[in-house]
Amino acid sequence: MKYVNKPVRKKDAMQLVTGKPVYMDDIAPKDCLIVKLLRSPHANAIVTSINKIAAMKVDGIEAIYTWEDIPQDGRRYTQAGQTYPEMSPYDRLIMDRHVRYVGDVVAIVAGRDEKCVDKALKLIKVQYEVLEPVLDFHTAKDNKILVHPEDNWESLVPVGADNKRNLCAHDETGSGDIEEVLKNSDVIIDHVYHTKACQQTMMETFRTFCTIDTYGRLNVVSSTQIVFHCRRILANALHIPKSMIRVSKPRIGGGFGAKQTSISEVYPAYVTWMTKKPSKIIFTREESMTASTPRHEMEVHVRLGASKDGIVNGIDMYTLSNTGAYGEHGPTTVGLSGHKSIPLYGKAKAFRFVSDVVYTNVMSAGAYRGYGATQGLFAVESAVNELAAKLHMDPFELRMKNIVKEGDVMPAYYGQVNTSCALDRCLERVKKMIDWDNKYPVRDMGNGKVRAVGMGMAMQGSGITSVDVGSATIKVNDDGFYTLAIGAADMGTGCDTILAQIAAEVLDCSIDEITVFGADTDTSPYDSGSYASSTTYVTGKAVEQCALKVREQICKLGAELLKCPESEVVFDGKFVKREDSKEIQVSLTDIATASQCGNNIALEATVTNSSPLSPPPFMVGAAEVEVDLETGEAKVIDYAAAVDCGTPVNPNLARVQAEGGILQGIGMALTENITYNKKGKLAENSLMQYKIPTRIDIGHIRVEFESSYEDAGPFGAKSIGEVVINTPLPAVSDAIFNATGTRFYELPITPEKIAMAAAEREREQD
Amino acid sequence: MNITMTLNGKKISADIDADMLLIDFVRDHGCYSVKRGCETSNCGLCTVFLDEKPVLSCSVLAARADGRTVTTLEGLQEEAAEFGAFIADQGAEQCGFCNPGFIMNALALFREKEYPDEDEIKEYLAGNLCRCSGYEGQLRGIQAFLEWKKEKNGKEAAEA
Repeated sequence: MKYVNKPVRKKDAMQLVTGKPVYMDDIAPKDCLIVKLLRSPHANAIVTSINKIAAMKVDGIEAIYTWEDIPQDGRRYTQAGQTYPEMSPYDRLIMDRHVRYVGDVVAIVAGRDEKCVDKALKLIKVQYEVLEPVLDFHTAKDNKILVHPEDNWESLVPVGADNKRNLCAHDETGSGDIEEVLKNSDVIIDHVYHTKACQQTMMETFRTFCTIDTYGRLNVVSSTQIVFHCRRILANALHIPKSMIRVSKPRIGGGFGAKQTSISEVYPAYVTWMTKKPSKIIFTREESMTASTPRHEMEVHVRLGASKDGIVNGIDMYTLSNTGAYGEHGPTTVGLSGHKSIPLYGKAKAFRFVSDVVYTNVMSAGAYRGYGATQGLFAVESAVNELAAKLHMDPFELRMKNIVKEGDVMPAYYGQVNTSCALDRCLERVKKMIDWDNKYPVRDMGNGKVRAVGMGMAMQGSGITSVDVGSATIKVNDDGFYTLAIGAADMGTGCDTILAQIAAEVLDCSIDEITVFGADTDTSPYDSGSYASSTTYVTGKAVEQCALKVREQICKLGAELLKCPESEVVFDGKFVKREDSKEIQVSLTDIATASQCGNNIALEATVTNSSPLSPPPFMVGAAEVEVDLETGEAKVIDYAAAVDCGTPVNPNLARVQAEGGILQGIGMALTENITYNKKGKLAENSLMQYKIPTRIDIGHIRVEFESSYEDAGPFGAKSIGEVVINTPLPAVSDAIFNATGTRFYELPITPEKIAMAAAEREREQD
Repeated sequence: MNITMTLNGKKISADIDADMLLIDFVRDHGCYSVKRGCETSNCGLCTVFLDEKPVLSCSVLAARADGRTVTTLEGLQEEAAEFGAFIADQGAEQCGFCNPGFIMNALALFREKEYPDEDEIKEYLAGNLCRCSGYEGQLRGIQAFLEWKKEKNGKEAAEA
């Protein structure tokens, strides 16, 4: 292959490293009204009165909107970017008289500049009837306090939701007789694993600007992963026709799933639609931390049964997921906690997976890289590590006995066949990379510090089976260069580039000859958007097929010019030649020129692709952690990982995806915490309190590829973006167990927890 | 109040509010490379040079730059492209939003110490957050750049 599986530079790289103005706030019109939001200080309250008279008098204020401007009996909507009909319940209004978490929107203020808007925000007088909130997600189900008591709450899909029970979703699934299997198992591991509502923390906060275009339509430019879903969400929220809305995205300063939900778009859209003036909103970091949609907090209860020789016989899982005040991605994330962890164990004879997703009066949760699989894999992989310790077996050896193999049917993965899998090779590779046999379980460094190792496995999907849609349009231009139009969103991942690589491979041209355009609802072919690890696999396949179709079109016109049947010509990327006599040829440049004069053959094609499969990428990771037994400080000094993402279309970009995802996982394991006070106010509301890893918090991350070949993917590729965040949670946690003798069932494992556990042990020994 | 400064080699004068931050001032003057990632001086995205020293422009009043020299990535395009190419060769620029601040601070490091070692690199750039890359690709890019520079300087010295 000439262009696929090559580490080419990202097409936009030099623009980005030289700091060119390509992001939303760099290109927003200078006369935008500044939009800011007044937010509720209460977790559960009814707005009884709002006085905006003084605020409206501030010089420069254009408009102030409150719940009184929004019909409270109108149809509700969800901000979740999902294929219609969305699994997420329709539970939002642009502004609701009933505010449901600290940060819920009470008023939208628009004015000439930040100064006047800030002043007006302080002058709005709001009175609340403060209600008791539901803050503990264990007591939410069937609580007498309802987060969504309203009658116009709506669930479009039967996901077991019931707003009169604080239930966003409920599901039960399984195969085989799990109780019988557990009863006949020699060893049972039975624990509850707790992970927090961690933040995506992309460097560019949520932001959007809006204008009214030439045709009187609402033109929305937003930092979003989901232009098409966003158009529907805005139409639902504003109750205006979709035909009156256009959504496009500039460069995006990171997403990680955060921008799969329309967090910021609704407010300037409403302002611009009402005033017909341009407006913009830029979330502060504090707003991004307190009023967005982070990961779902989950408690995953695992009961795992195994034989004494280490065969995992069955897994029984109950997941309790906290969706917060609104149900964005609530019914869907929870499914991955079971369906993308249990299938790793191919010898299991039974499984059961039950889940509840509950409403509480905290910030809504949403989509974050890993999407539930991260939480489930922490639980299952930690349980398996505990099983290995209990049986005095090497965790790698135990995995080798159990892992799912290529060709296996995976009952817990919707019954799909494991079509491509190099998990066994990943295990062998990582074991060598980390020098496991010499380092497991722990080494005393003689300075009050110990170094220990731990490992974990992971899987994910490649798009949502038979739901996600990817499309590509390729057009031949003058001189024979191509335009590739997509609706997928490059959020820094490099999908513009890897999709161009796929097209170049088929079209036999350099990637410089392919201009990539995306994403714009008016001009891009339909694409669900960049999420669910779908872009490489689903949209990539559409690009491959589209390029093949364009080749046919080129040959068709070439044959006409050569005055021979289409079946007798070949195209080598530069020339269409007659097969019988290769000297008779016409160049792509001449074909392109001919296409623009007296021509009836379109040198353009659009292909749409959806897949009945979602082939899982697999991964193994191992952490070497140094723990200071005195202070409890734990640092990952080395992380080794092997990934099976099928063919890595661009090994550089795939590697950086993996390295970045691993460090996010390490952050979740060690430092990234979310806590609320008794009134439901979030403590970690800035980068000062919410501690994402810096470069001195990590030793080295080393990633290698053990590729299987996925026949259904473009040139054998599967996904990479999400699977990479999952292994550090169980791996780091088990390394800390090996270092300290204490197993932690709740993340993050902070130095305080490690030191307290050590003190506790000392007390017990005394 | 009126202030005068040299911004990217050009002398400019402007009437500003006393509480205006340097980040907002330079963005108002077309230096869009300077990004805001937080309100708590934690992320390093807004790094600029004030009289050749890196500062967080979110934590400096524009008035403090009166009579001084301010440089943003717009004023260091050649250096940015030369070094940035090594980051691009790793794919480590990713979303790009943290790049200008990170590259400004890396260039400041190279000015202070021509060939920093790994610990010095990590220490100096610790305040430049990146959520995409895991920092490893940035480190590879920096080290590749330093190798290239060493070789280039060695050749030039040999020729001289």
